[in-house]
Amino acid sequence: MDIIYTIWLRSMKRFVRSKSRIIGSVSMPLFFLLFLGFGLNSVVQLPGIGGNYILFLVPGMVSMSVMFTSVFSGIQVIWDKQFGFLKETLVAPVSRLEIMLGQTAGGATTAVLQGFIILVLSLFIGLQVSGLTGFMIALLFMALVAVSFTAFGIAIASRMEDMTGFQLIMNFVVFPIFGLSGAMFPISSLPAWIVPLTLLDPLTYGVEGIRYGLTGASQINPVVCFAVIGGFSLAMTITGAVLFRTIKI
Amino acid sequence: MTIAVQIQNLSRHFNDLVAVDNISFDIHQGEIFGLLGPNGAGKTTTLSMLATMLTPTSGSATVNGIDIEKDPDGVRKSIGIVFQDQSLDEELTAWENMDFHGRLYRIPKGTRDQRITELLTLVELNDRRDDIVKTFSGGMRRRLEIARGLLHHPAVLFLDEPTLGLDPQTRNHLWNYIATLAKENGITIILTTHYMDEADRLCNRIAIIDHGKIIATGTPKNLKDGLGGDIVTIGSSEPAAVAEALQEPWICRVETHNDNVVVSLKNADQYISTIVTILNTRQIPITSIAIHKPTLEDVFLSFTGRTIREQEASQKENMRIHMKMGRH
Repeated sequence: MDIIYTIWLRSMKRFVRSKSRIIGSVSMPLFFLLFLGFGLNSVVQLPGIGGNYILFLVPGMVSMSVMFTSVFSGIQVIWDKQFGFLKETLVAPVSRLEIMLGQTAGGATTAVLQGFIILVLSLFIGLQVSGLTGFMIALLFMALVAVSFTAFGIAIASRMEDMTGFQLIMNFVVFPIFGLSGAMFPISSLPAWIVPLTLLDPLTYGVEGIRYGLTGASQINPVVCFAVIGGFSLAMTITGAVLFRTIKI
Repeated sequence: MTIAVQIQNLSRHFNDLVAVDNISFDIHQGEIFGLLGPNGAGKTTTLSMLATMLTPTSGSATVNGIDIEKDPDGVRKSIGIVFQDQSLDEELTAWENMDFHGRLYRIPKGTRDQRITELLTLVELNDRRDDIVKTFSGGMRRRLEIARGLLHHPAVLFLDEPTLGLDPQTRNHLWNYIATLAKENGITIILTTHYMDEADRLCNRIAIIDHGKIIATGTPKNLKDGLGGDIVTIGSSEPAAVAEALQEPWICRVETHNDNVVVSLKNADQYISTIVTILNTRQIPITSIAIHKPTLEDVFLSFTGRTIREQEASQKENMRIHMKMGRH
């Protein structure tokens, strides 16, 4: 535990010091929220869900913030590899599992904090949280999304030599996962052939879970959401840990 | 004398490249041992194996009596290592880098804080302890890394090219630190270097490594004495004729390298005029002539037939290509 804490602590110190990075990664989902939300609010009709589009979008943008930040935190292991710091950790008499779990905990906490910032900012544009329980449910789902995708990032970083492949991963893996997740549109309004793809996307269950917590309504049963994203985060952590064991420096 | 590191028939291959080729030697406790050789000779690979970062292809080694393959964690606990490339977190302060290390090695808080202060004072960085490492110069970073490597009181400290890329003044400074460390704390220091002067000045004993093989071991003095006295280097357009002319009983060795003839003999200053006379009588042209005390560079030259710089130029590229292939 103490080793996991040590590595988590380092992530937190770096997070607090990187003001420009915090602002940078909050701004993108925030702009999405403002431009898409206000731009499409009067145009978009949401069949059977009620409420306006901008409030529908909030959970989606919170998960976007959490997901992108966590993938990025996971992939930062490559920076540690390139700048040599990873060696210092790997040569210490600690297990690689502890290092990986520490990295995951650190990255996930960072991501949840980023999502939380979006959540708080959304309060100013009319988000009304139903209560403390709902809020805690949303946080739980944010944490599960964060763990899943930090571990996913670490898994990728364990196999990549340098950051050159990063853009490729972002465009062909991360963005499609986000786009298909129902973060920006209700699943029920999609063409029938896309629906199965959306249901295969683990992020869908994260988004819906957060949506359930924040607005009290979701298109997928929250218990199912919890089971799927919970299972996915476990599977990713195991995959990440296995791949991290084989990391070469 | 207690043995700190014992290496037996250790080899490491990267695909078809033999980076370390069946090396064996012992390192005694409390000595500064230098692994000297050109870049790409296998120094870092050897160090990585001893530090359990790489598994040997064959052979075995013990560090502090612990087998590197059977108990890597035990080895890791008892060694400190300063890597060739920087391995600090630049966004943390000096203190935080030390603290991170201390926690990783599970040093309890009270002891940890006390040792960090001691070590930062030793490397003269205590007044900069709360500054972000990004603002540190190359020499300061090296000193911080050495301090960090000592934090958990290792019995053996590995230094991989400790003064690479540092200015002469900082190098001198670091040499003093390292020498003091070994003397006052009794720890065994193993360093790799391709600087001959560094090995000569700092190390009690050295092993010269080339193409993955140990070609000579001994104290710098013994290795240099082995050449047989002073070195006279004669430049000539007819090196073969020079070598032939100088077959005298008072000359220990004659070697030809390109246009230079390297002659080893005792009390060269008394014989220099004789040498010139011999060559003049035979009408052999002399373009230059120089006497110097033997250095490790001469030792390297006499064992490999090349200077360390020539060796580096040819090996570096080769090694890089192979390392790349080994990774994919």
